[in-house]
Amino acid sequence: MSIDLLRSLLEQAFPDASELAVEDRTGGADHFQVTVTSARFDGLPLLDQHQLVNEVLAAPLADGTIHELRIRTKGSQ
Amino acid sequence: MSELREQIENVIESEDVALFMKGTPQFVMCGNSSRALEALRRAGAPVTAVDVLPDPRIRQELSAVSSWPTIPQVFVRGELIGGADIVEELAQSGELERTLEGKLGPDYRGTGSERVVTVS
Repeated sequence: MSIDLLRSLLEQAFPDASELAVEDRTGGADHFQVTVTSARFDGLPLLDQHQLVNEVLAAPLADGTIHELRIRTKGSQ
Repeated sequence: MSELREQIENVIESEDVALFMKGTPQFVMCGNSSRALEALRRAGAPVTAVDVLPDPRIRQELSAVSSWPTIPQVFVRGELIGGADIVEELAQSGELERTLEGKLGPDYRGTGSERVVTVS
């Protein structure tokens, strides 16, 4: 999946994000590092924070379009 | 419920620390599985590993049970802790060891050696 499409999916899901970074780790468009800072994560356990990101990318994760996903989430505080 | 799913649920419920990974601790087949394993090792966790690679259904059933889409997945006493990023982050903050102590008791280190179980 293109890095632009991945970014736009995340931007739609986290319109309030103060930081949204996407990195193609291998150049092969299937190993990504995403970093999202959003007030939506405030007070949530890490597991739930990551699950919010996983849900946005459920389809490409399930069909293997994204082979490896590294997630870093941060709350607003 | 399929027999495979029952076996997966049994591992999750009965093992102190279950790591579903690509490959085995002796022959890790994926960077993220390696990161999770190393974080657990540093915390002294008694890891029981399950290789998901022999059959794609293992991964499908596991994700259906856990609602977590990716591999690896770490469970402590039946509770999903997370994937590689979460386990690494919790290990760095010291929270992983606190979770293990809380769920397994203060003497969890050395309570079991690393082992591998298979599901099919």
